[in-house]
Amino acid sequence: MQQKIDELRAQMNDSLAKVRDSKALYELKMQFLGRAGAITALLKSMRDVPAEERPEVGKKINELRNEAETKFEAAEEEIKQIELQRRYEKEKIDVTAPGRSAQVGGVHPNTLVKNELIDIFAGMGFEIFEGPEIENDYYNFTALNTPKDHPARDMQDTFYLSEEYPLRTPTSAGQIRAMENTKPPIKTLRPGTVFRSDDDATHSPMFSQMEGLVVDKGITLCDLQGSLEVFAKKIFSDNVKTRLRPSYFPFTEPSVEVDVSCFECGGKGCRLCKGTGWIEVLGAGMVNRRVLENCGIDPDEYTGFAFGMGIERIAMLKYGINNMKMLFENDVRFLKQFKD
Amino acid sequence: MKVPFSWLKDYVDIDVTAQELQEKLFSCGFEVEELIYLGKDVEKVVVGRIEKIYKHPNADKLQICVVDCGTHGTLQICTAATNVFEGAKVPVATDGATVLHEGATMKIKAGKMRGEDSQGMLCSGEELGINEDYYPGADVYGILILAEDTPVGEDVRKVVGLDDYIFDIAVTANRPDCQSVLGIAREVAAVLKKPLRLPDFSYTEHPVAADIQIAVQAPDLCPRYIGHYVSSIRIGQSPAWMRKRLALCGIRSISNIVDITNFVLLEMGQPMHAFDVADIAGGKIVVRRAAQGEKIVTLDEKEFTLSPNNLVICDGEKPVALAGVMGGKNSGIKEGTSAVLFEAAKFARDSVRKTSRALGQKTDSSARFEKGVDEYTTEYGMKRALHLIEELDCGVVSSTHIDIDANPADSKGRPLTVSVNKINALLGITVPTEEMVSILESLQFSVKAEGDALELVVPAYRDDVDGYPDIAEEIIRMYGYDHIHPTFLKAAQITQGGLNDAQKAIGRVKRALRMQGYHEAVNYSFYSPKSFDFLRLPQDAPERKAIRILNPIGEDLSALRTILAPSMIENVVRNVRRGNESGKLYEYANVYLAKSLPLTEQPEERPHIVMGLWGEGDFFDLKGALDAVAAACNVRLTYRADSVSFLHPGATARLWCGEKEVGYIGELAPDIAADLAIEKKVYLAELDYAPLAKKAAAPMRFAPLPKFPVVKRDLALVADESVTCGEVEEVILHACKAVTEVRLFDVYRSEQIGAGKKSMAFTLTFTPEEKAFTPEGVDKFVKKILDSLAFRLKIALR
Repeated sequence: MQQKIDELRAQMNDSLAKVRDSKALYELKMQFLGRAGAITALLKSMRDVPAEERPEVGKKINELRNEAETKFEAAEEEIKQIELQRRYEKEKIDVTAPGRSAQVGGVHPNTLVKNELIDIFAGMGFEIFEGPEIENDYYNFTALNTPKDHPARDMQDTFYLSEEYPLRTPTSAGQIRAMENTKPPIKTLRPGTVFRSDDDATHSPMFSQMEGLVVDKGITLCDLQGSLEVFAKKIFSDNVKTRLRPSYFPFTEPSVEVDVSCFECGGKGCRLCKGTGWIEVLGAGMVNRRVLENCGIDPDEYTGFAFGMGIERIAMLKYGINNMKMLFENDVRFLKQFKD
Repeated sequence: MKVPFSWLKDYVDIDVTAQELQEKLFSCGFEVEELIYLGKDVEKVVVGRIEKIYKHPNADKLQICVVDCGTHGTLQICTAATNVFEGAKVPVATDGATVLHEGATMKIKAGKMRGEDSQGMLCSGEELGINEDYYPGADVYGILILAEDTPVGEDVRKVVGLDDYIFDIAVTANRPDCQSVLGIAREVAAVLKKPLRLPDFSYTEHPVAADIQIAVQAPDLCPRYIGHYVSSIRIGQSPAWMRKRLALCGIRSISNIVDITNFVLLEMGQPMHAFDVADIAGGKIVVRRAAQGEKIVTLDEKEFTLSPNNLVICDGEKPVALAGVMGGKNSGIKEGTSAVLFEAAKFARDSVRKTSRALGQKTDSSARFEKGVDEYTTEYGMKRALHLIEELDCGVVSSTHIDIDANPADSKGRPLTVSVNKINALLGITVPTEEMVSILESLQFSVKAEGDALELVVPAYRDDVDGYPDIAEEIIRMYGYDHIHPTFLKAAQITQGGLNDAQKAIGRVKRALRMQGYHEAVNYSFYSPKSFDFLRLPQDAPERKAIRILNPIGEDLSALRTILAPSMIENVVRNVRRGNESGKLYEYANVYLAKSLPLTEQPEERPHIVMGLWGEGDFFDLKGALDAVAAACNVRLTYRADSVSFLHPGATARLWCGEKEVGYIGELAPDIAADLAIEKKVYLAELDYAPLAKKAAAPMRFAPLPKFPVVKRDLALVADESVTCGEVEEVILHACKAVTEVRLFDVYRSEQIGAGKKSMAFTLTFTPEEKAFTPEGVDKFVKKILDSLAFRLKIALR
C-alpha cells in the first residue's frame, strides 16, 4: 500500500510538472482527486486493508490527498497567471491608433448664437415669439412709425412681393403683433429671418435678427443699458463694458447704438475694433410713443425699450468668422466646427 | 455729407483740432465716417523764390534754377518748364518730398540731371492735386506761379488751401436739416457751446419788376414755391473765395449765377434753380404733374418721357424742369442770359424719389429733396442767394417776389411744452433743469422754464422734433450718454420667459438630426425660377406657383422657395467641388405657398426639413435618419415606392404619416447628377414638418414597461421578387395585433429558392398585454400570420 501511495505521489508530481494549461490541469486534477480519481480509489480500497493498519494507511492517504489538493491549488494559481499573461500578450493593441466616434452633426453658428441669446433673455423673463417672414405693409412699416415717404421704405432696401406684402425688413414687425395681443408688462424676444435688398461683401440679402421689447411702467434708458450690459457680458465676456451713442430709428426715441468694449484687446485698440476699442453690436432705443399708441398702449402710462441685433454679426464677432458669405455656403468643413 | 473744416469756421469759432471735433460730433450723433486731410498727398513742398536761372550746359530743354527756400536752404533745381522766371515764387518739392503724379503719389529725391545737381523739383498745380478753383494759375501748363507776397519757406499746403480737413459725416435720416455746412455748424456750435454766426441774408429789392406768374397746381407735392426775379445779370466768373469753397466740396465752378445756386445748396441745404427768363414762355411758371407721355430734355441732354407720377415745372407751353431733380436744357443759364428767375421750393420727398428712381437721374438736388427740405430753409435759401447776387455784384434784385405757401405755419418755429420730470423719467437720471435749458438754447430752441414745464419754440427746420422723447434725446446727446448708468429693470414687474412647447419641439428635431450626423445648413429663402425646370417638375406642379419678388437682386434670387431640394442640391455640389468627399446636411426652413397669385392675402409659411447625404452611406442611412426625426416628432413614417421627377425611379419613395403624404426620399436621378458632374450617389429627403408639428410638441408620457416577457420569432419566407418588405410588414401587422415589431434582417436568393423568388428573413416581436404567452399561443399567431401571407402575397414559409 505504501508503495502504491509513493507511486501515485511520484506520478502526480511528474504530471503536474508537465501541465501547461488550465484544461489539462483540470483533467489531471480529476484523474487524482475526482470522484473516479486515483486518490479517491485509494481511499475506497481501504476496506481491503487489514484493520490494524487502517489508521496508519488512512493517515498516509489523507496526507497524500491534502498534499494533492494544495499542489493543485498552487498549480491552478500559477497557470491562471501564465494564461492571463499569455492573453495580455495576445490582446495587446496599439493604443496610439485612431479612435472611433459617432459623427454628430454641427450646429449652424446662427442657431448657436440664437439659442444662447434665447437662454440669456429667457432668464430675464423674455418670451420668445416668431412672426411671419412675409409681412403686410402695416406691420412692417406703418405701425413702426415709418411713414409712407420714409427713405427706409424705398424699393432699394425692401423686397416687395406685391404692393401690400414685403418680405419683412425688421423682426420688429412682429413686435406690433405681440403688443396688440398682450397687455404690459411685456417682455418679448423675436428671433427671425429678415430680408434687405443688399448684396455685397458685408451685406447679405437675407440675415437673422434678434429683437427684444420691454414695455412696463417706469422703464428707463438706464434699464436699457443695464439689460443690454447683462447680455453683452454673458455673450462675450464678463469684462466687457457698454457704451451708448445717439442714433436714429423710426420706431424708437431716443435711439442709440450700443457698443461693447473690445473683448479682443480689452479696449486698447486692435484690428477687430479697428483701433477704436469699441465694437458696434446693436441698435436700440426707447419705444416711440406712436408705436405704443398704434398698439393700443397708453404712452403716458407705459414706457419701454426695444433693441435689435444681427445674429450673423454676433456670430462673426464671437467665433472670429471673418467672411459673412461662409455662413451661407454650407461647407461641411465649416459647419462641423460648431458644436452645441 | 462732406463738410470742409475751414468753411465751418465761418460760422463758429472752433478752438479744437479737427480730430477733437470728430470725437465731439461722434458723441452727439454725427459719426465722421472719414476725416480727410487735404494735404495728405503733398509733403515737404515749400515756397521758394527763383533767384537765378541759367541754361543747362548739357541739355537744350533744361534750365537750372537757383531757388531760395528760406529755412530750407538755397537749392539748385533743373526744370524743363518754360514759364519760370527770376523772382517767381514757386512750390518746391525738396529732397524726400511727396507729390502727385498721374493720380498717384510720387517721391522726389535729390539727384543729377544730365550731370548737373538737381536738389528737388518745381511743382505744377496738378502735382499738388489742385485746380484753378483752389488757386489761380493751378491749371496753367508748367510750374504753378504763386502770388508775389507769398512767404518764402512756407509749407505750400498752407498757401494753396490744402492745409484743411474734409469731414465726411453720416447724417441720420431724421436730420435732413444737417445736410448742409450750416446745419453741421449749428451742431458744432451746440456741442462746443459756442455762439453761432449766421450767414448774411440781407438784400435790397430794387424797383424793377417783371410780369411773371406762378401757379402751383399740385400743392401736395410742392407745399412751398418761391420765385424771385433778378435782372441785369452779368454772367462771369465767381470770386476766388466762392470757387474755392465749391472746389473743397468737389464742385467745379461754372459761372457766378450757377455757382450761387450750388453754393446755397452746400451752405444751406436748399436746392436752387435759376431759369433764364428769356426762355420762359409767356412769363408763366406752372408746377404740375406731367401729362402721360409728355417729354423733357434735361440739362445733361437726355430726353425723358413722363407720367403723372412726375412733378414738372412748366412755362406757358412746356416742361422746363423736372421738379427737384434737374433743370431742362431749354431754360438753362447761358453766356447771354440777362435775367433769371431764382427758384427755391420744397418738393415732397416721395415724389422726388420716385421721379429720380424712375428716370435714373440722381443729382445733388434730388438727394437733398429725398431726405427732406424744410420750408424755413426754402425761405432763407432764397434770401441767401439774393444776398450773394449783391455781394458778387452780378445782377439787380428786383421786387418781383412770388411766394406760394400751402402751410405758412411750417416755416415758423413751433411751440412745444414738455415736462422736466417726464424727460428725467424716460432717461432714468436727473438732468438739472438749468442744464436742459442751456443745451436746448445752444440748439437754437427758445426756452422758458416754468416749474416742471419747459415752454419751447422748436426751430422751424427741426421737423423731427414733436414730443418730449425727442427733447429727451436732444438733451442726453448733448449732456452725454456717459451720464446714463446701467440699471437692471429696476421698476419692471417679474415676467416668465422662455420657449413654448412648439419651439422646444423644433429644437428636439434639430438635435435628432445632429445625433444622426447631419450638419445644419442655412440657405437663402429665394432661388432661381429655373430650379423648377432643373428639377423637371411638371408644368402644373404646385411648386411652380412660387411667389416672385418684384424687385429681386437678380433673376437667380427672384422666386421664394416652394421646395427646399434645389438649395440642398446646390450645397452638395459646392461641397463635392470643394473636395468634401462625403457629408450629411440638413436644413430646417420655410417654404412659401401663395393661396393665389398675384398675392391678395398673406401667404402660408410652411416649415420643411430637407436632408442630403453623399459619399458615405446610402438610401437606408438616410431613411434611418428620417425615422429618427419621425421618432423625435412622436410619429411613424411609412414609405411607399413612388416617383419624383428629379429622383431615381427605382430608388424613390413618398413619405406618409398616417393618411397624409408628407414628403419624399430617394436617390438623385443619375442623369441629373451627371449634368452636375457629381460621380457619387446623392440621396435626398424632404419632409413637410407642418403636419407633424402638433404631435412633435405633444407632452411626453411614460408608457409602462411590459409586465410579461416579449417573445421573438424568426421567420424565413419565400416570396416573389416583386413583393416588398413594406407589404409583408403591413400584412403581418394587420394579421396579428400581438406583433409590435417586424424587422427584416436578411434577403437571400439562390437556385434552390427558384428564379424570380427571394427569401426574406424577419424577426417578429410579440408583446403580451394581459398575460404571458405560451409557446402554443405564439404558434397560433404564427400560423395565422402565415395563412394571411400566403393568401395575400403568395408567400410560403421556407
